[in-house]
Amino acid sequence: MSEQAAAAGHSEPHASNRTYVGVAAVLAVLTALEVMVFFLPSVQPVLVPILLVLMAAKFALVVMFFMHLKFDANIFSGLFVGPLIIASAIIISMIFLYINYAPSGGS
Amino acid sequence: MSQGDTAALEHHYTTTGLPSRKMLMWAFIGSECMFFGSLITTYLVYHGRNLQGPYPADLLSVPFISVTTFVLLMSSLMMVLALSAVQRGQKKWTRVFLFLTPFLGMIFLGGQVIEFTHFAESGLSLSRNLFGSTFFVLTGFHGAHVTVGVIWLLTLWVQSLRGKLGSEHSLSVEIAGLYWHFVDVVWVVLFTVIYLMQGVKT
Repeated sequence: MSEQAAAAGHSEPHASNRTYVGVAAVLAVLTALEVMVFFLPSVQPVLVPILLVLMAAKFALVVMFFMHLKFDANIFSGLFVGPLIIASAIIISMIFLYINYAPSGGS
Repeated sequence: MSQGDTAALEHHYTTTGLPSRKMLMWAFIGSECMFFGSLITTYLVYHGRNLQGPYPADLLSVPFISVTTFVLLMSSLMMVLALSAVQRGQKKWTRVFLFLTPFLGMIFLGGQVIEFTHFAESGLSLSRNLFGSTFFVLTGFHGAHVTVGVIWLLTLWVQSLRGKLGSEHSLSVEIAGLYWHFVDVVWVVLFTVIYLMQGVKT
């Protein structure tokens, strides 16, 4: 953001509309890939890693381009990534904590 | 509060030189990461531990939810184009994109209502089994966030129709956009975790 824009209280465009449309097109393709992978029987043994990579790619694209973290001040990245790491760590640690817990029955 | 005071509040900057409202929104989004993180954790920990049906594989429809997922992704594109238009002072396009964003959000919510109704008719409820409890709480809270975003964006759209949303107010649109994109990014995770990984044992 330029000093002039800051003084006026408004921000400037971070990227061109063409970039945004391109990112949206990539997001649509990645979503189609996710669905395709889900229905492919031959991919089932490696389904989870593939889905996690595709999910992470979509997540990063939205956060970097649509939420402008790629262009914005680093402090915003810190405010977002810090809690995100903690939340991810909690999810992973709880899964490992409960992975061997098996009550009778269930599906 | 006088008009001058309101303007001063709107354009308030922290000692870092960054807008205080934007800083607050990012801190809020950080806290939301923890909130949804706890709900996702609960869903995953209880996943595959139902003692009675209906089970996820009996109900979840990937083709149907893929369409609503695509709609929500496109609403994010409309949002970022609305911000670009307001920053460039293009009033007509600001109005168009600020309408399309909540409109697509409402289509997503409509899809969620259809899905919830179908699940309820199939016997799934909050108290039926662990899948019902965790699924409805997780996707219900996400739906509530989408609803808040739709209302927020519609108020901005009305402001733009009344000519009260010029480029000097682009920060207001940017902050609403941050919230909307976060709601979208949460769905990116939920779509994978709930629907695409439904057969995976945790």
